[in-house]
Amino acid sequence: MWLTLTRIFPYAIAYTIPMLVTSLGGLYSERSGVTNIGLEGLMLVGYFATAITIKLTEATLGINALALGVMVGVLAGAVFSLLHAFASINLKADQIISGTAINMLASALTVYLARTISGSGNVRILMGIVRKNIPVLSRIPILGPLFFSQTYWTTWLCLLIWGLSWILLYKTSFGLRLRACGEHPSAVASAGVNVHMMRYFGVIMSGSLAGLGGSVILITYSGEFNGTVAGLGFLSLAALIFGQWKPLGILGATFFFGIATTIANVSQVIPSLNIVPPVVFKIFPYVATLLALVLFSKKSAAPKAAGDTF
Amino acid sequence: MSHVIEMLNIRKEFPGIVANDDITLQVEQGEIHAILGENGAGKSTLMSILFGLYHADRGQIKVKGREVHISSPNDANDLGIGMVHQHFQLVHPFTVTENIILGKEGHFFLDRRSAAKKIKALSEKYGLNIDPDMIIEDITVGMQQRVEILKMLYRDAEILIFDEPTAVLTPQEIDDLMQIMRNLVSEGKSVILITHKLNEIKAVADRCTIIRRGKLIGVVDVKKTSQAEMASMMVGRPVSFKVDKKPAQVGRVILELYDLKVMNNKKTLGVKGINLSVKSGEIVGIAGVDGNGQTELIEAITGLRQVESGTIVLDGNDITNAPIRKRNEVGLGHIPEDRQKRGLVMENSLFNNVAIKEFYHAPFSKHGILDDEYLKQYAQDVITQFDVRSGEGIYSLAGKLSGGNQQKLIVGREVVSDPELLIAVQPTRGLDVGAIEYIHSQLIAHRDKGHAVLLVSFELDEIFNLSDRIAVMNSGELIDIVKTSETDESAVGLMMAGVKRKEGGQ
Amino acid sequence: MSEIENKEMKSNAFLVAISAVVLGLIAGAVLMALIGSNPFTGFWFLFRGGLMNIERVGNTLATATNLMLVGLSVAFAFRTGLFNIGASGQMLVGGLCATLVAHHVFLPRPLYLVVLILSGLLGGAVWGIIPGFLKAKFNVHEVVATIMMNWIAYWSVYYFVPAYLKGPSLETESASIAIEQTLRSPWLTKLFPGSYINLGFLVAIASVIIIKFILDKTTLGFELKAVGSNRFCAEYAGIRVNKNVVLSMMIAGGLAGLAGLSFYTGYSRNMQIGVLPSQGFDGIAVALLGASNPLGVLFSSLFFGVLQSGKGFMNAMTKVPPEIADTIISVIIYFTATSVLFKRLWEALFKILSRKKAVRDAKPTNNKEVK
Repeated sequence: MWLTLTRIFPYAIAYTIPMLVTSLGGLYSERSGVTNIGLEGLMLVGYFATAITIKLTEATLGINALALGVMVGVLAGAVFSLLHAFASINLKADQIISGTAINMLASALTVYLARTISGSGNVRILMGIVRKNIPVLSRIPILGPLFFSQTYWTTWLCLLIWGLSWILLYKTSFGLRLRACGEHPSAVASAGVNVHMMRYFGVIMSGSLAGLGGSVILITYSGEFNGTVAGLGFLSLAALIFGQWKPLGILGATFFFGIATTIANVSQVIPSLNIVPPVVFKIFPYVATLLALVLFSKKSAAPKAAGDTF
Repeated sequence: MSHVIEMLNIRKEFPGIVANDDITLQVEQGEIHAILGENGAGKSTLMSILFGLYHADRGQIKVKGREVHISSPNDANDLGIGMVHQHFQLVHPFTVTENIILGKEGHFFLDRRSAAKKIKALSEKYGLNIDPDMIIEDITVGMQQRVEILKMLYRDAEILIFDEPTAVLTPQEIDDLMQIMRNLVSEGKSVILITHKLNEIKAVADRCTIIRRGKLIGVVDVKKTSQAEMASMMVGRPVSFKVDKKPAQVGRVILELYDLKVMNNKKTLGVKGINLSVKSGEIVGIAGVDGNGQTELIEAITGLRQVESGTIVLDGNDITNAPIRKRNEVGLGHIPEDRQKRGLVMENSLFNNVAIKEFYHAPFSKHGILDDEYLKQYAQDVITQFDVRSGEGIYSLAGKLSGGNQQKLIVGREVVSDPELLIAVQPTRGLDVGAIEYIHSQLIAHRDKGHAVLLVSFELDEIFNLSDRIAVMNSGELIDIVKTSETDESAVGLMMAGVKRKEGGQ
Repeated sequence: MSEIENKEMKSNAFLVAISAVVLGLIAGAVLMALIGSNPFTGFWFLFRGGLMNIERVGNTLATATNLMLVGLSVAFAFRTGLFNIGASGQMLVGGLCATLVAHHVFLPRPLYLVVLILSGLLGGAVWGIIPGFLKAKFNVHEVVATIMMNWIAYWSVYYFVPAYLKGPSLETESASIAIEQTLRSPWLTKLFPGSYINLGFLVAIASVIIIKFILDKTTLGFELKAVGSNRFCAEYAGIRVNKNVVLSMMIAGGLAGLAGLSFYTGYSRNMQIGVLPSQGFDGIAVALLGASNPLGVLFSSLFFGVLQSGKGFMNAMTKVPPEIADTIISVIIYFTATSVLFKRLWEALFKILSRKKAVRDAKPTNNKEVK
């Protein structure tokens, strides 16, 4: 059992991290008052942009192409999210429709462009990130093999972003204003703060972080752009809800969902996990989210003004 | 004395309406200056211009003699102008401190502790009695208003604007607020009070600017002017506010409540065991400050809220747990508190709105198929009879009607079906005097046809003018029921504050 | 409804739709030009691919069938104030039920067709009732609930098909349904030889008529629309809001289930796993462009049907990838959502035009001043 656990744990973490950072992006957007169901599409844009960048530069830049790819992925997500920000904030569009359009546009446009580059629509990169054991820490009993062995640098980057986001949102005046925008925007406006700017920031952060999530998928476990992130963006949205719009909550939720997905994926190869049909683990996050919504329906932690125009 | 604020020849036009037409307002240093006008007269627009929410098309604003351009609430704050909005601008899940420092935090990293200390000191100086660590959703409405005042003081506001501040307060809280205003003025601040309540102006204001339909009517010295004079300036003709009505011809019992208990939204008892009966041919008015269980009581009678325990009998039928449609069929009419939210479908035509309660049965429909012709004819009759004015008759969208016409439409719909019990909640809120008088006359006419009317109003004048008996509510309890002819406003005011009459009063 | 009001609203919706379509097509043209193709040739082949002969018209109608039913599903939910973003999942479940029936139920043709259609309808309806119930009972937002239901359906089908409906060769799709067990019909196929057109088209047309009748003429439609435009007023008036929410989601789900039926047992003959049918989202475009009106849905689904069915031919004749059609559709959705933009643009334009006219007529009086 221990062996199984140490074997699947790195996969679970690899699976969790893109979701965590995307979910965190969703947190920024919804806390600022803009519902964003376009996370899937924004992830896809980051996924694609990273793939193209690395493909074009890896011959000359070698391993550094990965970092460049991540940066371009983040930027692409940010730029793409401007469409949603403009529609939701300036034009007061229905944010669900705009988010749907983002998802559809991302999946059509990235494949369209990928096809003109590669014909098949898939973009393969030569190598991803090399996994590393963290010196000293990886030798701690129990925790070492679970958390500090065979890690990607992007994992630490994303966790750092998570920690900084928590401080930004809860310990600074900027965070206070941002969260207030998601609860009662006119109160923020009457205090002389520009609500539109805060919401732009929230949406752009969701684009950047979802873009980062897409990049991380590519350079950690996927290695190839294939036109879809297979619902991971929606899973991140589910984690945001299941985590009740709180940083610690989404950390727990994404990790929970990551483990479930990993078990489902590997249960064919690891017989000891094959007692429960994999479909149960696959649908678990969605059912759990629905249950959470039912349980918390009396006192929802959702930002009150998320989805409202201002 | 010097003018701390001068708004000179302000004009503001919205599509189709001139909200402010050449209005001048001059507020002196250290005075409480009231702005009086009917709903829609242009008071709020004028203040929104001063606060930087709108821009005037023409005119000049001077603060302490210096001409200024106020293009955002920020500019207003920088000039020392603060505003307590009618709808509080507070973030409910945040603490008092967080709400007060929002936008004026000082440093990048929050320093909640030292801010709380400063707030505590301010609260003590002006007698506001606020704990900075409380969460907004846990404190009373009166306290929330004082948080709003603290917010302005924290920003060193010199001129404080209060927009209809007493609508949500208890009589005791109103007295406290008046005292706070006097404290503010004695500390050298200036106060602008926007209201349509004459007695409050009389109680606290020094001078009063009166506007009507966007135009300046006059500025009066409150001490030298009577309420009647101010009222006629506000409305443009002498108004008595007294309604002519014959003595009540009371008949059988229509509505009876037995030990009714109802939960409020916070899952505590909002109505704590009420017994009440309303008879045909009388109007019973429920007096009380907003939030003392009236909403829960009415929602329980009309079926919008579940009853915890007790019984509701309407015209001999137990309707305690009956669906709403059943209640309507038994004989319930309801003029709801919020006409835009509950009363009408704004983006639907008048004829659909008139039929919204009755569409499902003959002759409005047969076998599930609507009879469009009948629907339209019926609606045409209603809008003719009740003088509902609209651009395109029954085809107009309800949302395009004026507030008064929307309310007439609802009153028409409810009265035409001739219910045994008509419930009217705040039936004249936000309307001009003409519409108010019309709706009052309709309620009286319904009573005189031998039906029962249950009226809820937060305006004591309205309660006294219409009701034959007055039931006073305070924190979910019925304090007493008295005959209108045997009581007066101060006695009812005391009961609204929860003071019970002494034994043997009746 | 009022002649004037109605005309104004209709022309508004029409103007928005046309503007969005034009912008979508322009975006498509730009993208074609971007990869060095001639947009005119691209569009020429795109539309020819959808319409150039009777077979392709048949295919376009078959494609439009699915879009029409999903569009109707989304539009119906819209009219009752609900956003059904779960049509994909409802399609999958409806399609799965219909596929099971097609493999296992053998009856005389007319009776069989009834059972087949009912199975698709019921499968979708069940998948719609669940979010409807969650909304009515626990106030769970239907957008979130239907998204979750989509993925539950996706993974259920993902594991169900290989386990119980596996074909002889591929792991990733179900066995093909025998042609006489599908919705294909000899006389329809004879009308449009070689095409995928099937009885689903008639089901779709019938659905449009029925839904239009329900919405416009019945007390049920009156209730549903009242709930949709103001649920608080509906509740006050004695309409049971929760019942109507569940009912509306059930009907919307059923319509999407019919789309699954027509797609998986008519248009195609098997189910692929690992695919969330994109029609579920295209349906949002259909509903928006059709202003949530059944007749509007009919026409907009035909338009999108041409795009979707012509893209393969265009791809064969030019080097423009077929995803151009999906790009155009998503751009159209984006611009219908941001219709405020056009309204402002048109208003500004009208203002400028009328001002010019006023100057030309040399009548300097301003109406507002006079008033």
